[in-house]
Amino acid sequence: MTTEDIIRPENLVYRKPRLLNDNHMHYCPGCSHGVVHRLIAEIIEEMGIEDKTIGIAPVGCAVFAYNYVDIDWIEAAHGRAPAIATAVKRLNPSRMVFTYQGDGDLAAIGTCETIHAANRAENIAIIFINNGIYGMTGGQMAPTTLEGMKTSTTPYGRRVDLNGYPLKISDLVAQLDGTCYVTRQSVHTPAAVRKAKAAIKQAFTNSMEGRGTSLVEIVSTCNSGWKMSPAQANKWMEENMFAKYPMGDIKNTVKK
Amino acid sequence: MKEEIIIAGFGGQGVLSMGKILAYAALMDNLEVTWMPSYGPEQRGGTANVTVILSDSPISSPILDSYDTAVILNQQSLDKFEACIKPGGTLIYDSYGIHRAPTRTDITVHRIDAMEATFEMESAKTYNMVVLGALLKIKPLVPMESVIKGLKKTLPERHHHLIPMNEAAIIRGMQLTE
Amino acid sequence: MEEDVRLMKGNEAIAHAAIRYGADGYFGYPITPQSEILETLEAEMPWETTGMVVLQAESEIAAINMVYAGAACGKAVFTSSSSPGVSLKQEGISYIAAGELPALIVNVMRGGPGLGTIHPSQADYFQATKGGGHGDYHLIVLAPATVQEMADFVTLGFDLAFKYRTPAMILADGMVGQMMEKVVLPPARPRRTDEEIARQCPWAVTGKPATRKPNIMTTLELDSYQMERNNERYQRTYRLIEENEVRYQEYYTDDADYLIVAFGSIARICLKSIEEARKQGIRIGLIRPITLWPYPYKTITGLSKRIKGILVVEINAGQMIEDVRLAVEGRVPVYHFGRLGGIVPNPNEVLDAFKHNFPEAQ
Repeated sequence: MTTEDIIRPENLVYRKPRLLNDNHMHYCPGCSHGVVHRLIAEIIEEMGIEDKTIGIAPVGCAVFAYNYVDIDWIEAAHGRAPAIATAVKRLNPSRMVFTYQGDGDLAAIGTCETIHAANRAENIAIIFINNGIYGMTGGQMAPTTLEGMKTSTTPYGRRVDLNGYPLKISDLVAQLDGTCYVTRQSVHTPAAVRKAKAAIKQAFTNSMEGRGTSLVEIVSTCNSGWKMSPAQANKWMEENMFAKYPMGDIKNTVKK
Repeated sequence: MKEEIIIAGFGGQGVLSMGKILAYAALMDNLEVTWMPSYGPEQRGGTANVTVILSDSPISSPILDSYDTAVILNQQSLDKFEACIKPGGTLIYDSYGIHRAPTRTDITVHRIDAMEATFEMESAKTYNMVVLGALLKIKPLVPMESVIKGLKKTLPERHHHLIPMNEAAIIRGMQLTE
Repeated sequence: MEEDVRLMKGNEAIAHAAIRYGADGYFGYPITPQSEILETLEAEMPWETTGMVVLQAESEIAAINMVYAGAACGKAVFTSSSSPGVSLKQEGISYIAAGELPALIVNVMRGGPGLGTIHPSQADYFQATKGGGHGDYHLIVLAPATVQEMADFVTLGFDLAFKYRTPAMILADGMVGQMMEKVVLPPARPRRTDEEIARQCPWAVTGKPATRKPNIMTTLELDSYQMERNNERYQRTYRLIEENEVRYQEYYTDDADYLIVAFGSIARICLKSIEEARKQGIRIGLIRPITLWPYPYKTITGLSKRIKGILVVEINAGQMIEDVRLAVEGRVPVYHFGRLGGIVPNPNEVLDAFKHNFPEAQ
């Protein structure tokens, strides 16, 4: 059997989405960002809304998200993505507007913008990557860092008496009348990826149809920051992160 | 023609809106006009004042150190502004609550009993219009029809039914001085 | 056609002028002495008429980032605040400058530092003209002296911002924001259509049609050589603005022995002082810079060669005086007079300060 025999359409099991370009990703091997990027590209393509989509990139590891998914993007100042998305959607109501943010961006410096955009029921989708650490700046404590978790700024483990508690921002946001859909997902197994894809698609649909704010939290690994192998990181996430940040819908006012 | 006026009293007496109506009336008369208020929380309960300048040529400074005419509605304002009236200028003051009367002799002083008159009219909210009437009698800066036009401009449409009441107050004010 | 003459506060004039300009959006947060801008816009409900978006944001920081976002979409958007709030906006303003985006920022200055006072001040001159936020950038800074200019500079500010793709600032103060004067509002014009925006702003983030590459608004550039080239491009724009957009007004300079330099509403107070001085035989002229950046250095340099001295009057501790001294190059004495803490000097005080500094003029 030659290569030519193998790459026939009937043998196709996976294809890179058209909107995911060939730029070399700067993410570490084992990082969840690449998978979520692919899902976003795939969903936009499937929904046929490439010309209607505006993405807001964060400051954090995903700062270069705009280099990988071929849509129009605005790169936000640290934490301000929901404010940016607010203005973009209000000035362009026919567009699907989403932010892509990490835990430091969304739940520390940008908490104010997150809460108020959601409370105003802005018709935007927020994709929230929660890996419990500041990846880009070198593994410092995030608001979502678990108790006892070692980071470069909690070298002996997070202590609640010094650093407070891990912030369950999605549960907090779900309390707001402006949110229509808040869910917690992961992308560490094929089944989880399929569920996460459905969740992101739901959030994007909500933005298009003007139903209010959607937030999809993706509990993720940062094996570099956690100083583990990708496989170890996945296992650690299941055992520790999922206990604090359980999977599943927290709120869904949109009945199918 | 140029008239530099200070109107000063307690916040809530309608000092700023009296100035505003005067300014609008002047605008209706095609005059140049500036209306410069004291602003901020002091408006509530404290003293408030507004500088109104009417002129037939462009106005430079909206803030002044001396005035042709001062309309004074409380003691603090009298203490502050009596000395700032130009020699030969005009001071109009409401006697209500004044326990140290003005002492200048190089200006024309008009005492009006506008608060008393307002009490008699039983319409406390038109106090500033009574004062405006007195001012316009002493200093006919703008004709009555311009004042009515000014009232229409400053009052929202839903309050236009109050214009006759305000007009009556202005006329009452005009009767306070001969 | 009859002119639309109104009597209104400077702050109100800005709101009305923006609607008539065809602005697409305003994002602001209340702070004295400029809240009438947001209040007037909310009362006018332009979203019902022109389709303009008006939003009370959760903070000044959110508001300026909303402006960054709107500008990135090619929309004509603006924000307003007063000194402490404008400090909060500085990071966002730096992003707008770096993104080479057109936007309008209004600062109705109050006295600082800190929470300070709500009364008029000009103490944000340095912040407005020398950068304000991080990095090498400039804003086009317009200083209105009248309510009419508050309205006119909305149009001018937007036009210049779009012409040079750079943010512009109206640097006003509590006095011109709060006072009422006669104002002729500009004729209303429609907002630009999406097609016009796509044509005029091909860089705008609008949603990517299959026919073009993605439009990406980012101010991040980790390649230092590319970042240097970006900076060189910004600087070329600034030189162009310096060559073409200097604006100022001169009064009584023809026969002047002395000069007062003042900007904004204070210039009007100085004009009254000068008129009084001239009655006393003291010939003073006035330069009122309208653009504080770019600054009218050349005009002041030229005048400094035929006068005896300059008094710079500002309601701050001495900020614009540095630019005047740069222009004068040591030829004649340059003194400063200012009041602080929100106190506005009256015409008499200005004249006294002049006589104190130049006793030989009498």
